[in-house]
Amino acid sequence: MTNQAQILPGTLDLLILKAVSLGPLHGYGVLLRIAQISGEALLIEQGALYPALFRLVRQGLLTASWGTSENNRRAKFYELTADGRKRLRTEAEGWNRLATAMATALAARPEEI
Amino acid sequence: MKLFAYLQSFASTLFQRPTVNKEMEEELRSHIQHRADDLERSGLPRAEAERRASIEFGGYERFRQESHESLAGNFLETLAQDARHATRVLWKSPGFSVVAILTLALGIGANAVVFSIMNALILRPLNVPHSQSLYMIEMGKDKTPMQSYPDYVDLRDRNRSFDGLAAYNLSPSGLDTGNNPSTVWLYEASGNYFDVLGIQPYIGRFFHSSDEHGPNSAPYIVLSYDYWHSHFHRDTGVVGRVVQLNKHPYTILGVAPPKFRGTELFYAPNLWVPMVNQEQVEGWNGLNDRGARGVLIIGHLKAGVTPAQATADLGTVAAYLAKTYPKEETNITFPLTHPGLLGDMLGGPVRAFVSGLMLLASLILLAACANLGSLFAARAADRSREMALRLALGSSRKRILRQLLMEAVIVATAGGIAGIAGSIVLLRWLSTWQPVPNMPVNVIVNPDASVYGVALLLALLSGLIFGLMPVRQVLRANPYQIVKAGSTGEHGRRVTLRDVLLVVQITICAVLVTSSLVAVRGLLRTLRSNFGFQPQNAMLVETDLDMAGYHGDQTAMMQRRMIDAMNSIPGVTAAGLVDRPPLALGWSSAVVFSENATDFRLSHAAAEAIRYSVSSEYTEAAGTTLLAGRTFTLHDDKNAPRVALVNQEFARKLFGSPNNAVGKYFRLSEKERIQVVGLLQDGKYKTLTEDQQPAMFFPILQSPTSASWLVVRSSRDPQQLAAAMDHKLRELDAGLPFSIKTWSRELDSALFASRVATVALGVLGILGAMLAVTGIFGMAAYAVSKRLRELGIRIALGAQRKEVLQAALGRAFRLLAFGSLAGLLLGIAATRVLSLVVYQATPRDPIVLGGVVLTMLALGLLATWIPAQRALSADPLALLREE
Repeated sequence: MTNQAQILPGTLDLLILKAVSLGPLHGYGVLLRIAQISGEALLIEQGALYPALFRLVRQGLLTASWGTSENNRRAKFYELTADGRKRLRTEAEGWNRLATAMATALAARPEEI
Repeated sequence: MKLFAYLQSFASTLFQRPTVNKEMEEELRSHIQHRADDLERSGLPRAEAERRASIEFGGYERFRQESHESLAGNFLETLAQDARHATRVLWKSPGFSVVAILTLALGIGANAVVFSIMNALILRPLNVPHSQSLYMIEMGKDKTPMQSYPDYVDLRDRNRSFDGLAAYNLSPSGLDTGNNPSTVWLYEASGNYFDVLGIQPYIGRFFHSSDEHGPNSAPYIVLSYDYWHSHFHRDTGVVGRVVQLNKHPYTILGVAPPKFRGTELFYAPNLWVPMVNQEQVEGWNGLNDRGARGVLIIGHLKAGVTPAQATADLGTVAAYLAKTYPKEETNITFPLTHPGLLGDMLGGPVRAFVSGLMLLASLILLAACANLGSLFAARAADRSREMALRLALGSSRKRILRQLLMEAVIVATAGGIAGIAGSIVLLRWLSTWQPVPNMPVNVIVNPDASVYGVALLLALLSGLIFGLMPVRQVLRANPYQIVKAGSTGEHGRRVTLRDVLLVVQITICAVLVTSSLVAVRGLLRTLRSNFGFQPQNAMLVETDLDMAGYHGDQTAMMQRRMIDAMNSIPGVTAAGLVDRPPLALGWSSAVVFSENATDFRLSHAAAEAIRYSVSSEYTEAAGTTLLAGRTFTLHDDKNAPRVALVNQEFARKLFGSPNNAVGKYFRLSEKERIQVVGLLQDGKYKTLTEDQQPAMFFPILQSPTSASWLVVRSSRDPQQLAAAMDHKLRELDAGLPFSIKTWSRELDSALFASRVATVALGVLGILGAMLAVTGIFGMAAYAVSKRLRELGIRIALGAQRKEVLQAALGRAFRLLAFGSLAGLLLGIAATRVLSLVVYQATPRDPIVLGGVVLTMLALGLLATWIPAQRALSADPLALLREE
């Protein structure tokens, strides 16, 4: 638990897009995939996932269709659209730039100034 | 793509709401089940696993709600919620709501009415096909639309720019469909009239050029749809029926279509007859007289011909006419103008006046908006605590703004609908109003869809404008500060937008009040002005002996018998006869030459004088003062030398001075030498606003007329007198169509324009005044409520009433004074336009100026009364305790 971090506002959408880009997923699956790819480090309130999913569908970044899950239950599966893929790329680039900049800034030492 | 996806999602949430809800529930459940499955796999019993999964999921309802919102369909739901809330809020402050809605309703209503009038008179073209290429040909120089028939024929045959030219004029006539002689109003139209306009008959057929074969060769009638409807009960059998028009047999050819009301907006005729039959219809024939200007000419321009090209083309016709008929035609031009309002004769003033009205009406709407803006802003300030609380409790600014806008839109819609409803009632009444007795003069001003559309749009637009006023306030609001400190006054700028709005509004109001006072004063003065005759205690009988089949000497004999019959009625002090009384619609005039004239071209005339044919008793019956000389006698007949009475202006124009006119001579033409035997006082003849006109009066025995108006002077009760007159006239001839009315009533037509102007301006003035009252009230009430605490402290410290009032309302009054002054000055400038319509409209009148100042002061007092009371009754103890 101590290793887990609250996600920054605005990053949930990016995480969802990334998770779904690896293959179609239902809602709970998205949650598991994010936990898996972040090394269990990111904490997402489970219910908060759904407003974000619906928003992404509305924006045309995801499409949804009903299917059957590995547990043999009915579930709605999400898939990335072409627009979603484009958005993922630009957002990821932006995020990487920011992260690099932050890391560089934070790594600065007195003698480097 | 995105938009499409959004719309799809929006539509599906909108139309499949239950399905969407169900799916969402199912999806969220499925999530919890999956989680429970995992928990169960880790060793928990199923029931415990499901419980844990539910808890881990978090606030189920909250996420469902949020999911819903992100699905877009929620928009409408929030909207409905906002609307409900806004309605509740408005309902809770009925005073504010009623004032706001009424204010807007007045603004919108005034605009809808004026716009409809403008639409009917100016914007909407005549109801004929291709009306955009339809033009009327005026007579240059004099700016009159009246032309002579020979000129019309030349124009028709010699121009190269029109697809055809039609001529028409307006005239009354006697129609008898079987023992019911009545006066009808008709168009005498050239044979090609309907063909030139492109109108098709409703039933039967129209007359054509091919029906004309010289004078009185086409005894045909085309009925208007309305007349057919009201007098023939839509009987399709009327086609081919023979009726009596002025005792001549005429055949009904057909009926015009319902929407075709002729080519003059003010005048819807009962029927049309061919102009070649003028002699039978009017009793005289001007068809061969180039000087008899009495027909109007219209036509469609050929495709591709511009008005400028057409004017140039008509110029060559004018040059031809001037060369061929140098006596009658000098310096003529033929400019084009828009048809429908007697060319520019009516069109000029009507267009100017209606545009002026429209300007005033939009000013009123502007004032209403300004008013509402300050009302809303004041209200928002009063509610700043509520807003702050809501912000502090987590409401988003967006949501609050949306709700404020919603309130504005609701007020706007309600106001707009109320305004339109009111305007419909008023316009219905206007459309059925017949301002001139016994004449089909009215204008259809029913609003159409475009008017409603524009009005609602205006309402919503103004709603948004004033709704946005308090936005800045909300956005800047700091909830903590306000909750902590209570509402605080806006410090800073000395002149706020609200002040400017209020001054503008008061200025507009003062303009309106000034204009209406000027108009009312002008009208009152008109009613008391010197007409040159006494309309009080006089009755008129209007008839035309030609309509009853009298000709030649019979006419004069019958006229004598009618005059004698009237004089024999007990209580009648005098009765005389005139061909058409002054200030009735229409007049006839003739050019006169001095006695020694040798050149009788029109350009060498000494004057153009209005002419009347009167019986010897007329001057006494009309109450016109004879200043010198004598009136006519029965011996001034065909065998006696020609004589005339003239007015002072005539004497001035012809002889240089009125004093020695009696006994002098003038000429109507080379052969007609006439002696002046009497001098009459000046009067009004064509219109009330005319410059003084020269007038001449001839004895009916020397210039006979079939048009006969009896003037009967008596102080008896008009109704009894009318009955006695009716009886006497029927005794003389049961088949005579005539109408009896008081002279004052007849003058309604002459006063029509000034009455309309006065009523319109009066109504707008009252509207403006009401808006000013609410505006000042809003401002003053707001100022007082803002400074109530300060005022309480001042009172506690011993301030006098005067000082308190000055502190509370000084600003309101300064704004009022400033606005009123500006409005008064503007109003004085505006009345220059007004004087075109209203006789003797002058703002340089102490009563008007004083009236404006007093009115504005009274309005100010009225509007600040309640806030002043509130300021004075400020209880320092209560105030300090509460805040």
